[in-house]
Amino acid sequence: MVATARPALEAQRLRADFPIFDQKIHGKPLAYLDSAVTAQKPRQMLDAMHTFYETSYANVHRGVYTLSERATAEFERARGLVAAFVNAPSPRELIFTRQATEALNLVAYAWGLNNLGPGDLVVVTELEHHSNFVPWQYMAKRTGAGFRMINVNADGELDLGDLDAIAAEGQVKVVANNLVSNALGTINPVEKLAEWGHEQGAIVVVDAAQAAPHHPVDVQALGCDFLAFSAHKMCGPSGVGALWGRRELLEAMEPFNLGGHMISKVRYEETTWGELPHKFEAGTSPIAEAVGFGAAIEYLNEIGVEAIEQHEQKLAAYALERLGEIPGIKLYGPPPDRRAGIVSFNLGEIHPHDVAQILDSEGIAIRAGHHCCQPLMTRLGVAATNRASFYLYTIPEEIDRLVDGLHKVQKILG
Amino acid sequence: MDDLYREVILDHYKNPRGHGVIEDADASAEGVNPLCGDEVSIYVQFAPDGETVDEVKFSGRGCAISQASTSMLMEMVVGKTAQEIAELPKEELLEEVGIPLTPIRLKCALLGLGVLKVALHRAKGTPLPQEWAGLDELELK
Ligand SMILES: Cc1ncc(COP(=O)(O)O)c(C=O)c1O
Repeated sequence: MVATARPALEAQRLRADFPIFDQKIHGKPLAYLDSAVTAQKPRQMLDAMHTFYETSYANVHRGVYTLSERATAEFERARGLVAAFVNAPSPRELIFTRQATEALNLVAYAWGLNNLGPGDLVVVTELEHHSNFVPWQYMAKRTGAGFRMINVNADGELDLGDLDAIAAEGQVKVVANNLVSNALGTINPVEKLAEWGHEQGAIVVVDAAQAAPHHPVDVQALGCDFLAFSAHKMCGPSGVGALWGRRELLEAMEPFNLGGHMISKVRYEETTWGELPHKFEAGTSPIAEAVGFGAAIEYLNEIGVEAIEQHEQKLAAYALERLGEIPGIKLYGPPPDRRAGIVSFNLGEIHPHDVAQILDSEGIAIRAGHHCCQPLMTRLGVAATNRASFYLYTIPEEIDRLVDGLHKVQKILG
Repeated sequence: MDDLYREVILDHYKNPRGHGVIEDADASAEGVNPLCGDEVSIYVQFAPDGETVDEVKFSGRGCAISQASTSMLMEMVVGKTAQEIAELPKEELLEEVGIPLTPIRLKCALLGLGVLKVALHRAKGTPLPQEWAGLDELELK
């Protein structure tokens, strides 16, 4: 780990930026331990959107009037911030989408439909969120390509020993994997997969929805071809996400959504497509949301993603230690130094719904379910797990409350 | 909350009635709640009249609410005819369950009843209630 010059993050102080914590839930302070599904919002981001609506709102890339120019400038400034956040070589390679899911569908459709066929293989991992699994499974079926999965070992880490066997079965055309698993918190060896994928002549599609909020992301260092993420998991608003793609690939691809704004020229006989990124941004964009996305990135940059990651790793280590003391608990996933701030567990035979419901009465919010990772749940032999996930505003006291809450669950249902 | 896990619920959860499988059942169905991946299968054996439920069992996995409500359902339906069960309003089961449920937990509580109605529908052609259309998250296989 490279030592960072930045001071450690002070979660207790940062909490003051988040109005959501001003309330009580069932008379108790809110312990929000579900940031992996979506993060809470700092006042700075909310204010930026509010101010934009009040002072600069108009459609972008349309009007010649002052307000539209102002809106366009703010929208494009946000694009620059988001692109720089993942070290994209150019903001033109950064496409605003509705969220990571739409970004991944964009690649599956716009690249997959024209480039996949019988004899080809699409390779995903057992750790994928449904959003980077289902579009590829579907596109493989639709084009006649094969569909393969890289499995995980008992620690929830990818077993790269399978790669040669997979490559022997066909022409690998797509390698789609996440950088951080939302179900287990595993940090995956994307660089290695990208290298292998490129050796096969494949495109490498990275789902960074869970990584971007918590872990430094550099598309050039990763060596991938596409990378998708969502604003709402990183202190930004819902309704906007991003796809970064390599320029040559984006330029060669067919469009995804068609309509206004994405065109160059429309004639009765034929339509030609606009330049990047507009070619992939049909219709009115999520304008204020993009501005909010930019403000969220500025907020995260101020704190430093490295500092956020260190904070979460400390919390994960503490959580694994404290939870490990509970009799009958089963913890899933890798050791704390190879995971993000996510801890999945089961409390004996007690159903996660019941665990989450009783914790809710203590003001503690955790996720109970399959986390949109049913293939992984099948591998773990469970229908669902409990998941506590942390962010820059999470404090160790909340983990203590979680542990106390779990003791209460055992008392009621054990 | 402590209402939610009141004694009778915990009793049915910990000692479910009619838990098991009937081999060669006259009617059976399996359902899953895609929100949480819970699955329940229900098996029905009719009396010699071919209409009255003689024995009913359920298997599968689920939360305390779904397990307890399905267990209660097993007790409620023995001796009723397929038609009577098809017409059984969900409120009657919910009254038995007797706890306030949020929309998401309502799906847990009604999973067993839905699966039972599907099993009877398949075996006897009894109608499926319209309200299942509204519970679109409940995916009946
Ligand atoms: C790893 C991962 N990929 C993709 C997604 C989908 O994100 P969204 O719903 O914002 O598209 C999520 C969200 O849960 C995720 O955790």
